[in-house]
Amino acid sequence: MKRDFNLRRSWFEASARARLAGLLDAGSGKELLPPAAAEPSPHLAALGLPGAFDDGVVVGSGRLAGRPVLFAAQEGQFMGGGVGEIHGAKIVGLLRRALREGPDAVLLLLDSGGVRLHEANAGLIAISEIMRAVLAVRAAGIPVIGLIGGSCGAFGGMGIVAKLCSHLVISEEGRLALSGPEVIETVAGVEEFDARDRALVWRVTGGKHRFLMGDCQAFVDDDPAAFRAAVEALLAESPVDVDELAQLRRQQAALTQRLAVFGQCRDGLEVWQALGVAAPENVPMLDARALVSLKEGLSA
Amino acid sequence: MEILTFEYPSAPLALAGQPALCGVVGSGNLEILIRAGERPDYCRIRIHTSARGFGEIWQAVIGEFAAGNAAGGTEIAINDMGATPAIVSLRLVQTLAEYAGERQ
Amino acid sequence: MKLNDILDALFPEGHRVDRNDKVLIGEATLGGQSIAVLGTTDAAAVDHAIALSLAAAVLATIEKHPGRPLLFLVDTSGQALSRSQELLCLNGSLAHLAECVDLARRRGHPSVALVTANAVSGGFLSFGLMADVAYALQDAQVRVMDLRAMSRVTKIPLEQLGELAGNSPIFAPGAENYQRMGGIEAIWPSPSPSLLAAALDEAVGRCRAGDPRMAIGRVRGGRQLAATIAERVAGD
Repeated sequence: MKRDFNLRRSWFEASARARLAGLLDAGSGKELLPPAAAEPSPHLAALGLPGAFDDGVVVGSGRLAGRPVLFAAQEGQFMGGGVGEIHGAKIVGLLRRALREGPDAVLLLLDSGGVRLHEANAGLIAISEIMRAVLAVRAAGIPVIGLIGGSCGAFGGMGIVAKLCSHLVISEEGRLALSGPEVIETVAGVEEFDARDRALVWRVTGGKHRFLMGDCQAFVDDDPAAFRAAVEALLAESPVDVDELAQLRRQQAALTQRLAVFGQCRDGLEVWQALGVAAPENVPMLDARALVSLKEGLSA
Repeated sequence: MEILTFEYPSAPLALAGQPALCGVVGSGNLEILIRAGERPDYCRIRIHTSARGFGEIWQAVIGEFAAGNAAGGTEIAINDMGATPAIVSLRLVQTLAEYAGERQ
Repeated sequence: MKLNDILDALFPEGHRVDRNDKVLIGEATLGGQSIAVLGTTDAAAVDHAIALSLAAAVLATIEKHPGRPLLFLVDTSGQALSRSQELLCLNGSLAHLAECVDLARRRGHPSVALVTANAVSGGFLSFGLMADVAYALQDAQVRVMDLRAMSRVTKIPLEQLGELAGNSPIFAPGAENYQRMGGIEAIWPSPSPSLLAAALDEAVGRCRAGDPRMAIGRVRGGRQLAATIAERVAGD
């Protein structure tokens, strides 16, 4: 019975633990601070809300293709993957463990709207602690790989955390941005962003757009096996010793250039056309393989 | 939120396993954690639920579970966000099976 | 407090800070030492252009003035809210700015953030909270969301939130809540060179060590769980 749940072939629909079961080498995952050793958030209880034993994030160690990794997997179904005090502290603790243990990579399975409003101050500070911890782990030469394809995407502060990762793997269902479309619509009006126009939301924040723009390094099908294969390929890349200052200078130039070229665009379609995509209206229909070869054609 | 506690006699479980967890605390769903309890012929259940006023239904679902399964010697913790009785029953059996070591 | 009054109060030895729209970039002198001053004013909504201007100033400081301390003046209403900003991955530009601040730290530039008026969400995350240590002026507002909006989104009655806000620093707006949780080191009654000099000393110490904010939150009683949870997971 349990098997059927684990083998469900959609990353988007799977729970955090089911994603891990499909991502890691069979039987290798070991949770730190597992549910039986943990207490739900007292802050949610104070507001009359049931908590979860893991506070919405599963952290631990495992292997992927035989290589030791640490992982944090957010559960989007619980409080929208929101970062509260315990949730955030678990991720910070995991990143600190990485500095001590030196795994081959830290995998962040992101599925979060950002700060958990019920614990807003603790969540905001925790996200800044996660940001600094991610950069400390990267500075120690350990890659941090973000995986985005859950129902909540990676938004708010966790969208910033995502962009601090060494590499990002995203699926078509994955979304990556700062403010949610609903927030923009509420504040700036429906003419600015119609959050109910799902196709538009995906053309602005979705995985295909982020991959075509180079904000994510790998684009995969909505399948744990595909995410696993992408991480395996990234782990096989030999680490390059970069001059961080020179790298940030290049990033600064690229972002400045991009803003100058695309700053007035308001829809993915316009951007893809400007990138040289011959039939931008067909992009939403392309499967993962076709999109990856389209992107390769653009860079060539 | 409502906190409910029940204790039912139940046939002793032959082997106490590692703590087992099933489910997710999401809308219309729940998580169940089963670990070793103190009394071998009783099953003790503590529920945190977002839906108030369903104590009798919980009592019926849990009573049926304790009577129909060997769940003695366990302590069961539930965090619920409005799961239906059918989902609760399914998850209880699923979690108990995992706790009892009926893994793949 | 007006920006120029704040600068005059902090830097009686002199300052030269350019203001371009809502972005501040310049330098000042304190105790004979040059300090890079950068930040935002007038409750700036941080967009790509602001993030990239600040990032460029941080990179230039690293390149031209090794070890020079950084002062971030924070007055932000959060991130810019627009579709074209999101289309170009606004979180990416904010992350870039955060990376630049973090590189400055690792290259030995101590950094201090001072919230002069408003510090909200993404705008605060991208540079203010990336500093080694953050302070706030007396009347500064620090928040993720005001209680009314929070009540609407969480569907928890405003009265209940208001009541709980009195007992817990965990969600309600206010610099003092951030202070209790370790996110803000102290609240300044008014800006002064001696407070800033002490803040820079604190930053020098923190620049070399790890991030102590969780441990501080535990000592101050505002975050009673985080430090212990992180220690258990880290195994230290």
